[in-house]
Amino acid sequence: MSERYSPSELLICLSSRVMEDGTTAFIGTGIPMLAASLAQSMHAPNLVAVFEFGGTGAILEKLPLAVGDMRTYNKSLHASGITDIMETSQRGFIEYGFLGGAQIDAYGNLNSTVIGDILKPKVRLPGSGGGNDVGSCCWRTIAIMRHDKRRFIEKLDFITTPGFLTGPGAREEAGLPRNTGPYRVVTNLGVLGFDEETRRMKLLSVNPGVKADDVVENTGFELLLADEIGENPAPTDEELKILREKVDPDGLYRK
Amino acid sequence: MAQKKKSVPIVYEGESPLIQPIDLDGFREWNRKKTKKLVDKRMTEDEAVDRFVNDGDYIGFELYGTVRCPLSLTRALVRSGKTNFRIAGQGVTELEMLLSMGRVKEIDFTYIGLEVYGVSSVVRRAVESGAVENVVEWSNAAITWRFKAAAMGIPFLPARSMLGTDTIRRSSAKVIECPFTGEKLALIPALVLDTGFIHVNRADKHGNCQIDGISGFAIEMSRACRNLIISAEEIIDTDEIRKSPDRTLIPYYLVDAVIHAPYASWPGEMASYYERDEKHYKMYVEQQKTPEGMAEYMKEWVLDLPDHQALIEKVGAERLKSLTMKGGFYYE
Repeated sequence: MSERYSPSELLICLSSRVMEDGTTAFIGTGIPMLAASLAQSMHAPNLVAVFEFGGTGAILEKLPLAVGDMRTYNKSLHASGITDIMETSQRGFIEYGFLGGAQIDAYGNLNSTVIGDILKPKVRLPGSGGGNDVGSCCWRTIAIMRHDKRRFIEKLDFITTPGFLTGPGAREEAGLPRNTGPYRVVTNLGVLGFDEETRRMKLLSVNPGVKADDVVENTGFELLLADEIGENPAPTDEELKILREKVDPDGLYRK
Repeated sequence: MAQKKKSVPIVYEGESPLIQPIDLDGFREWNRKKTKKLVDKRMTEDEAVDRFVNDGDYIGFELYGTVRCPLSLTRALVRSGKTNFRIAGQGVTELEMLLSMGRVKEIDFTYIGLEVYGVSSVVRRAVESGAVENVVEWSNAAITWRFKAAAMGIPFLPARSMLGTDTIRRSSAKVIECPFTGEKLALIPALVLDTGFIHVNRADKHGNCQIDGISGFAIEMSRACRNLIISAEEIIDTDEIRKSPDRTLIPYYLVDAVIHAPYASWPGEMASYYERDEKHYKMYVEQQKTPEGMAEYMKEWVLDLPDHQALIEKVGAERLKSLTMKGGFYYE
């Protein structure tokens, strides 16, 4: 990998490019915040950042450190509370939702609750938080993950947040709102989507210097491949400049 | 109540029993007896903890992470020695303090983590060792809708979250087919706290409260408490409250105790007053990684201090001034 940028910077740029202008995105702590801030400075000045504890439409000038901190409603349009935001999502106003987790399966289900048995946990993780709600009610979710066989696995230890659950029709059968679900998985190896018919994860494009075989090898389940696998452009000089000088001047995420 | 002939069939049930049973008529009767008089409710943290918290109570803290934290009350609660709490799992530092001291028996868990700083080592030790007897899973929306249901005085709210996952399997929610649409709905049970703790920007001596910035879940939770203890950065005159009653998010009749506690959210932030103390918080994050480190932290910053004033003096005016926001409230 080129030393022009760090793995985190690559993830931030890829996630930023997924966001469209003039729509709403549910933002969590960490990389999604930087991606949304970068998108606002690049191609999506009218991206509406929504934070679960009440901030809507902030101008992300200073990097928030917590999903409820003052920066999540910096010069924002509305400061309300969690039920208002969650209900806004439940009635269909939030387009994108960003998610993360310790494990993901082929249907985009995520685990952020426990490694091992929930009744005898090997590692107790932070839990759902708003993750399950984002995965339930946003129109399209984007998971940001580090890509390896321990994280991309056949069977999760615990389904914290719904992806396509067990496959086609399963979300609707469970009672989740129709036409919702996982849209993209952005990783240090590439960008993945989901097959329309089987709802299984499919490799769409690879990152600079990565081959499709590398992605397959680092995935613990059978990965579908798009007919034509693209190559994601490396972070541009402009993206990196904005990221380093404006979005994250203290270098909190430059690792 | 007579058994109804027709009832909506339950199509799925979470496997965890309710940690706090639902008793809405009991809650109504409790609320009827609460004083509606404008009385002076100011007292110290210790007095409030002594009067309104018992061993084994179901308690909860608003807000979350390092934002608007009722930490002067939490420290007093830790020092009181009261224990065996059942807790609603929002409020991160507050829970870590109680968990590290072994005071928590059961948790309705949503998220306990350090956000950009990762997993909470305190939670890992407390849950992985089995020290917490019972952990029930919820999403953030679900736990706040539980408060909202209680605030509405009804036993549950239907929702389209948690469905189809292990989160609902390990919760106490139930799933029905909607009697109107036929679609599956999660029923989120009401949650009434024995005692709730909320930190606000301003309150009068009767407990009318103003909050700057996002309200988090203060509105819902304040209405879902039998006892509600408020700490406030500033105590203001009731005349000020009357000038802008639209700013009262928590009216006095919900409140049992009012504590004047400037910088109570430290090392967390307080909207329009002060920012998070990043240096101290990073130190806390490091110290909590080992049980010894966390014990030392608790001794130095909680157990060895008699009250909140002692903490303020220990942190020091210079440090607090450096965190105070321009145009905000200045430390004296």
